[in-house]
Formats: sequence, structure tokens, C-alpha cells
Amino acid sequence: MSIFIDEKTPVLIQGITGRMGSFHAQEMIDYGTNVVAGVTPGKGGATHLGRPVFNTVKDAVASTGAEACIIFVPPAYAADGIMEAIEGGIKYCVSITDGIPTHDMIRVKRYLFQHAKPENRMILTGPNCAGTISPGKSMLGIMPGHIYKKGNVGLIGRSGTLGYEAASQMKELGIGISTSVGIGGDPINGSSFVEILKHFEQDDETEAVLIIGEIGGPQEAEAAEYYQKHMSKPMAAYIAGLTAPPGRLMGHAGAIVSSSGESASEKVEILQDAGVIVSPTPSDMGITMAKLLKV
Amino acid sequence: MNIHEYQAKKLLAQYGVPVPRGGIAHSATGAIYQANELGGDKWILKTQIHSGARGKAGGVKLCKSSKEISQFCDKFLGNNLVTNQTGPEGKMVSSIYVEEASVILKELYFSILLDRTSQKVTLVVSTEGGMDIEQVAEEMPEKIAKIRIDPSVGMQPFQVRQLVFNLGLPNEAVDSASRAVMKCYRAFRDTDANLLEINPLALVSGNKVLALDAKMSFDANALYRRPEIFELNDKTQQDTREIHAAEHDLNYVGLDGNIGCLINGAGLAMATMDMIQHAGGKPANFLDIGGGASAQRVATSIELVLSDDNVEAILVNIFAGINRCDWVAQGIVDLLNKRDVDVPLVVRLSGTNVEKGQKILKDSGKKIITAETLSDAAQKVVVEWKKSKGKSG
Repeated sequence: MSIFIDEKTPVLIQGITGRMGSFHAQEMIDYGTNVVAGVTPGKGGATHLGRPVFNTVKDAVASTGAEACIIFVPPAYAADGIMEAIEGGIKYCVSITDGIPTHDMIRVKRYLFQHAKPENRMILTGPNCAGTISPGKSMLGIMPGHIYKKGNVGLIGRSGTLGYEAASQMKELGIGISTSVGIGGDPINGSSFVEILKHFEQDDETEAVLIIGEIGGPQEAEAAEYYQKHMSKPMAAYIAGLTAPPGRLMGHAGAIVSSSGESASEKVEILQDAGVIVSPTPSDMGITMAKLLKV
Repeated sequence: MNIHEYQAKKLLAQYGVPVPRGGIAHSATGAIYQANELGGDKWILKTQIHSGARGKAGGVKLCKSSKEISQFCDKFLGNNLVTNQTGPEGKMVSSIYVEEASVILKELYFSILLDRTSQKVTLVVSTEGGMDIEQVAEEMPEKIAKIRIDPSVGMQPFQVRQLVFNLGLPNEAVDSASRAVMKCYRAFRDTDANLLEINPLALVSGNKVLALDAKMSFDANALYRRPEIFELNDKTQQDTREIHAAEHDLNYVGLDGNIGCLINGAGLAMATMDMIQHAGGKPANFLDIGGGASAQRVATSIELVLSDDNVEAILVNIFAGINRCDWVAQGIVDLLNKRDVDVPLVVRLSGTNVEKGQKILKDSGKKIITAETLSDAAQKVVVEWKKSKGKSG
């Protein structure tokens, strides 16, 4: 098992006819992702890349049974697209779009939690992420698929390219990945580290987890607490931004130290106190995992 | 995006939040004129820069005569004011806000922010106005009250009461404070703000509250739908290189080291900076060139990094997903064909089309040092930097 997606998961692409959507849809199809439909309002009835295009998510789900979706909609309309996915019955959604207004994301989160039971809720990862990949099975994202080796490490990261760096270091050492989940660089995101950790903890195929965090926000500290209290699997971490000055936004909308506990050095300390092995530099992420797995 | 105090007060006043009367001046004559317009015999003069802690830095003064106003303006206008939040260079004072002085009975703290733990808009009040709220949170957490807003229904009157009754105000002042809180919330909600801080919110005579200071910042991602807020942007408060970068849609943050860097992705950029420091160097900047970088964009980015006189070596680190290593390599070679780069240039390419990219670099015959891995790249750039410094001096 992997988490969220595998070779069978029927995938829907929102914004499939756009430039970005088209390019990455083809990449995903080539990787082996089971892409069953696309949605572009006004282009319902057309066929694109050999897949039927629908006007609404609801129509696409009804006709094709799509369970997962990926969103390539421009920032001004992306929140609406995510809410349409929730209402359309999608179970797992990746939002690639960077630059969604924060107030829109606050409403999206409220809409996600309208269902009291967690099992009825759609799981959203991103926005502003590279997506999710279960190597050798399915790719729901914009990453270069070939750098991920199939295996037993669960990977969660706020940064796309730093996640690539980790995956390729691990591949070099013969370490594979069960699923890699990008949770994105925004201050309000669909899922935090903890929400993804819960799934890796339950997943038979995942033996250990690597989380890649950065400055800003409380999510790494929450992950440390969750690890200490609820996790049986070993976990390693790397935190970027030791040299980042406080109060400055470092590219990602969420990468800013605005209160105590949010700097890289504080996060490293919190994780280490909880018993998490922390990679001292970004070039040691692979080696740290090798030590953790004793390979 | 940040705005000045006087702009925030004007904006809040439009929503009905009570603020002191005041006027903006760009010269001593202008400041005296504003004081005369306000009347009275004392005025608060406040330097307008994008920073807090202006008072502690001497940038706020109670003046009682035209002479004092003149002296204050001559001292600050056209100069940089350094506070504990601006960094050592400080920020340019190009305007001074002249306000009527108020008789303060009590100073309170009020803010609206985005709480990243609950992922909701949160209102915070404290009886300890005028103090740094982080310090209050640490030393006297019981003096802070918060409410969180459900985005589907918005703020409710009972929540406002819950907050305001925590402030220990006379019953007669509760109404004025509640109205101010509600109006501030509306301003925050309707402008896509991500911070509104009023410190202090003052209790003044007549059982009224007054916003004596105001700090607001806005979500850059929402400015497309807030043109009236975008117009308030003051570029004199930003680093010129950062403005230049923003014009090319690049994310640049100037730092004080000597090794310039150019990376795709914010996380990898931070990690590369950390790696440079680990290898014994200091990064001169953060620069994320983003996804899908054309050769042109890469060349522009290197020019931008080189525009910092402190840069004595450059590290390019690209892990291409949406990017293509060959485009990046072409951008580097194009730039080197156009101009001389007299500092060592280390390039590490990885990911999509890496072989093509490396071939372009090699075939160019230019002096480019290539690296295989992240640690290799960081070590090489630090070694080359030290070598070049040894030669020149």
C-alpha cells in the first residue's frame, strides 16, 4: 500500500486544457497515472489528450468515478475549484496553484470541515506544492517522476525542489519512497505534517518517515508532539532556513518568522527534544535516512 | 505589503474607527502648516517609515512650538531612521505625520491577525497597551484575551463583548470600544489584510477609545483585487534590488554575505544558503527564480545578483522539475557571451535535461565551475571565493 494514490486511483484534472494543465497531464499519463477525465468550464463534451472533458466536477465524477483530483486553475479561481472538488465528491485533492489569497484559503478550510466525520472529508494537500507521488504507481503532480525510487519511506515536505533533493539523495543510496506528499509553502494549507503523518503511521508499506520543514508557522512543532505521543515508526527531519533573517518573507508566503518558536534553530531543538533525528544539512538528508533505516 | 501609519489611519477612519486628527507633511513648513490647521498648543510628530519601535529610536516627539517642529523635521526628513526592526541601514524618512496630542487615561492593545495554529482570523486584546505583545504573552499570558472567527458566519456581537469586557474598561466606554473593534474587523476583512495592530488603543476622556497607532499589512496575493490598497505601496521603503527583482517577478531578499546565489524553489534556496554557511561562507542573498525559468530569466537573475557590490562569488543551484537544465545553462552562457563576470561562478544542475545542460556549459568554453551535488557545490563556491580573495588582496 501507499497513501492517497496508487495505480488504480481514477484521477481528474481541473484545468486540463490550459498550458500548464495540458503539459503536466501528459507527463502524468506517461508516468502511468490513471487519468480518467478533465474539467474546464465551457469545454464540456470535448476530448483532450484522449480524455473526456466535463463542465463541472460533479458531471466528471458521475461519468467516470474519479476519486482524486489535481488543480491547475489560476490563483483567483483556485479556491473555487477546490470547493467544487469537495462538493463533487472527490476524496483526495492536490492544489498546485501558487498565490491563492489567504482569506480565500481560510474559507476553503472551513468548507472542508463541514463534514463532522473525518472519513467523509476530502483530503486536500497544497496549495503551492509540487504534488503527491507514489513511485512506480501514480503521480499527481509536477515533479520529475524518475528521481523517485519505489520503496518504504514516507516523505512530507513544504518545499517542492527541496523534496526532489531528498528523493534523489535517497535514490542514490538505494532508498525508496512509498509516497511523497507536498503540503506546500502557504501559511494556510489543506493538510499539515500531522495530518499526513497519521496516514503514514497506518500504512503497511511505510517503515519510516522524513519530514522537510522550514521557517515560519507551528506545523513542525505539532509534528514533533505527534511523533512523541502517537508514532511507532521512526522519523527524521530537516529544517531549512538557519540563515534566514527574522521578519523577512523567504519566497514562500508561509516562510516568515513572525513569533517565537518559528525559526529554524528553534524547530530543530523542538524536534530533537521529541526524539526526532534531524539532518544537520540539506545534503545529509539521504544519509540520515540510511542511518535511521540501518541500510 | 506594508503601508505607513498615516495611510492605515486614513483607511481605518473610512471604516469609522476613531483616530486622532492629523495631517501628513513632507517639509518643516508643511508640518507647521498642519499643526496650525489642527490648532491647539501641542502636537505629536511621527516619522513615517515601514517599521515599529519608531518611538524608541527617537522618531516620535511631542512638540510645543513651531521651532520644535522645525528642528524635528530638519533632523529626520531625507535621512534614514534606524530602529531595532529596520536593520543597520534604517529606512528613509520622506514624510512626517502631525497629530493632535491626546490625553490618555489608559493604554490598551488590540490586533487582528491570521493565527496559523487554528488557521483562522484571530482578534487579540490586552490591558497592557504600549508594550511588545510577545513580551506580554511570555510574562503575563493571563492579560491577553483572544477570539477566533468562524469564516462562514463572521464575527458575532457576543464575541466582541467577550473581548471587550476583558479590558477592564468603565461600562460607559464598552460601547465605544466594541464599535471600534467591529469596524476594525470590517476593515481587515474587506481589504485582504493579514495584520492590523493598534498599539496602543487609548481610552480618552468622554469614555471614548482612540487608535493612537496603526499598523496594517496586506496579502500580496490578493492585491490584484484591491487596487486601492496596491496604490498605497511606498517603494522608498524597499531595497532597490528587491524592487528590481519584483519587476521581473523574482523573489529576492538581500543579505549581508559575499556569496550570491540563484536557486529554483524557496525551500531549496533557503537550504542552499544554509549549506553555504555550513561550508564556511556567508550568503549575499536569497533568490528564488521559480519554475519554468527561460534562458532570459536566468540571465536577468545573474545580473541582479551581480548588482550587489558585496558579491564575490556566485552559486547557481537548480533542481529542474518544471525547469529545464538546458534552458538554465543557455541563460548562463548567453550572459557570459554578453558581459564579463569577474567573480567565480559555480553551477550545479540536476533533474530534467541535466546532460543537455552540462554539455552546453562545457561546450561554451567559458570559465564555469560545475558541481555534482549540493554539498560539492557549496564547498566549491566557498573554496573559489577564498581563492579569489587571496589573489586580489
